[in-house]
Amino acid sequence: MATQLKVTGADLELIDVRKDFPGFTALDDMDLHIPAGQFFALLGPSGCGKTTTLRIVAGLETPTQGQVLIGGQDVTSMKPHERPVNTVFQSYALFPHMTILENVAFGLRQRKIDDPVAKAQEALDLVELGHIAARRPQQLSGGQQQRVALARALVNRPSLLLLDEPLGALDLKLRRQMQIELKAIQMEVGLTFLHVTHDQEEAMDMADTVAVMNKGRIEQMGAPEALYDRPKTAFVSKFLGQSNLFVGKVSDSNDSSVSIEVGGYKVTVDKKRAEKHTGKIAIGVRPEKATFHTSKPNLSSDHVMIGEGEIIDIRFTGVSNQYLIEIPNVGEVTVFAQNIGKSPVIELGAKVWVSWKVEHSFGLADLPDGSEEQD
Amino acid sequence: MRKLAIGRFIFPLYALLALVFLLIPIVYTFVFSFNQARRRNTIWNGFTLDHWANVCSRQDLCDALGTSLTISFISTLIATILGTALAIALVRYRFRARSAVSLSLFLPMATPEIVMGAGLASLFFSLGIERGMFTVILAHVMFCLSFVVTTVKARVQMLDPTLEEAASDLYATPTQVFWKVTFPLLVPGIMAAALLSFALSFDDFIITYFNAGNVTTFPLFIYVAAKGGLPPEANVIASSVFILAILIVVATQVYGNLKKKRLALAK
Ligand SMILES: Nc1ncnc2c1ncn2[C@@H]1O[C@H](COP(=O)(O)OP(=O)(O)OP(=O)(O)O)[C@@H](O)[C@H]1O
Ligand SMILES: [Mg+2]
Repeated sequence: MATQLKVTGADLELIDVRKDFPGFTALDDMDLHIPAGQFFALLGPSGCGKTTTLRIVAGLETPTQGQVLIGGQDVTSMKPHERPVNTVFQSYALFPHMTILENVAFGLRQRKIDDPVAKAQEALDLVELGHIAARRPQQLSGGQQQRVALARALVNRPSLLLLDEPLGALDLKLRRQMQIELKAIQMEVGLTFLHVTHDQEEAMDMADTVAVMNKGRIEQMGAPEALYDRPKTAFVSKFLGQSNLFVGKVSDSNDSSVSIEVGGYKVTVDKKRAEKHTGKIAIGVRPEKATFHTSKPNLSSDHVMIGEGEIIDIRFTGVSNQYLIEIPNVGEVTVFAQNIGKSPVIELGAKVWVSWKVEHSFGLADLPDGSEEQD
Repeated sequence: MRKLAIGRFIFPLYALLALVFLLIPIVYTFVFSFNQARRRNTIWNGFTLDHWANVCSRQDLCDALGTSLTISFISTLIATILGTALAIALVRYRFRARSAVSLSLFLPMATPEIVMGAGLASLFFSLGIERGMFTVILAHVMFCLSFVVTTVKARVQMLDPTLEEAASDLYATPTQVFWKVTFPLLVPGIMAAALLSFALSFDDFIITYFNAGNVTTFPLFIYVAAKGGLPPEANVIASSVFILAILIVVATQVYGNLKKKRLALAK
């Protein structure tokens, strides 16, 4: 029998979870805690283990090692049907031999909830598919199927809802609309959402907490702003937005900041914004935090300045212009300038200097791939 | 141009001839079911509906038909249930004798029927089992099973396992998952297997001949009767079986087309 369900969400805890497939480790000693009622986004490249994580939480996959706790209860050995969890599958997994309405009513009927059909119809109306409740899944578009899958899980009001890229097949307008809808439902009912996505904007926009996964591990997690402002690894700094990374040996260090030497320039970071303070480290800055100058600027020591360099590529993306600047001995640096009319329109090949405030630098715990070998 | 002209006449003509060739025995059987036969039903003596109206005027013929239907029904039922379970087990579970079972299921399909029939007969003899209805059903289940497993297995392999996972995620116990999701999705395959199995069993002569004892199935009756002249009632039954088979095929086709049209319309 299904466990007694609470109307509000439950917290989820993964302790030391590991999953080995024959010849492949999909999850590597993963620890995760999601407080009750949170909207938690799991973000990561394809094949990093997001779906595997969800399947372990849903009970569809047994972890090789470790524990899964939902609402403080150890559910590691519980069968999927006993867990107060529902999943929106990446492949929708709608039952082809049932109508849309029966698909949505399935979970309600299983738990013998009163009036399953009316509740299912209500859930379908919510995802704007009430008018085609009598159709079969094969008669719907991909986006419509996705919304049915969403309604089928949501209608059960589980303590924990697992969403495996639930909006991937929708066009931009519908996706935004569903994002708002999802967020509203989550806030209204107080469910815990574990939302897997490829789309970093979606993750940052909707989630209370974002975790970035890579190769079966969580690299970093935190509030979206914090994660964007202070990525701690090279992977996160590149996966979540873009970054300019500079690698060098620490050449100068005082109470509040450390500096490295890169191609003859001094790149500085606040100590409290750096993971490592000695040896060879990587310091980064977001492209929109950097600016460039057409003549050598006279800046105080709370700025980093490198150059001169040469503009080798310009892209107009609408809201901003992206400039790619080649700086001798340093490499390529990207600078975003907002398109507010007064941004310097510069020709390809122009000589420029790049600067940013030291407070915008961040220091990473590791080095970007390939920078270990070169000195 | 000449080549083209030849092609345009030769191929349809060839197809027509092939069709006629295939249809002649059936048409003959059908036509002579209306014959006012004398001793032998080989010469046309005039039209009558008597044989269609009183099929069972030949009691022995109708008894044989009844025996055949009973045997086919029971064999099909057993073979379908066992075969479906086996097919699911073979696709879904890894067990020790799995490949051995897979292989042995092929044997009845590959072995010449005459060898199988004779082999079974001597087996029953040495085991001291008296031949009759029971041994015939046993033999039919054996060869039908292979076809059921093969047909249903293809269907199980096509089944998307995430559907069953979704059902268990929606609070269905393993038993409920089977009856609410797995089984309904396998039904078309199981039905096809049952029809095939029924047809094979109803039609079988060689294996039945060796193992029937003094039971007379319809094919055995025809075989014996044909020596002394086939009664027109046999033509009636043969024609009915043929018409029934055609109707089933047409019905499935029409149903399939209707479904396709409905899907296309709704899109
Ligand atoms: N049953 C399995 N057997 C072997 N390897 C598997 C199995 N399931 C998943 N994997 C592997 O585990 C890794 C993680 O898979 P997973 O499905 O969790 O990725 P994902 O992060 O969800 O990717 P995507 O974004 O493409 O959906 C992949 O490299 C995959 O090849
Ligand atoms: Mg996935």
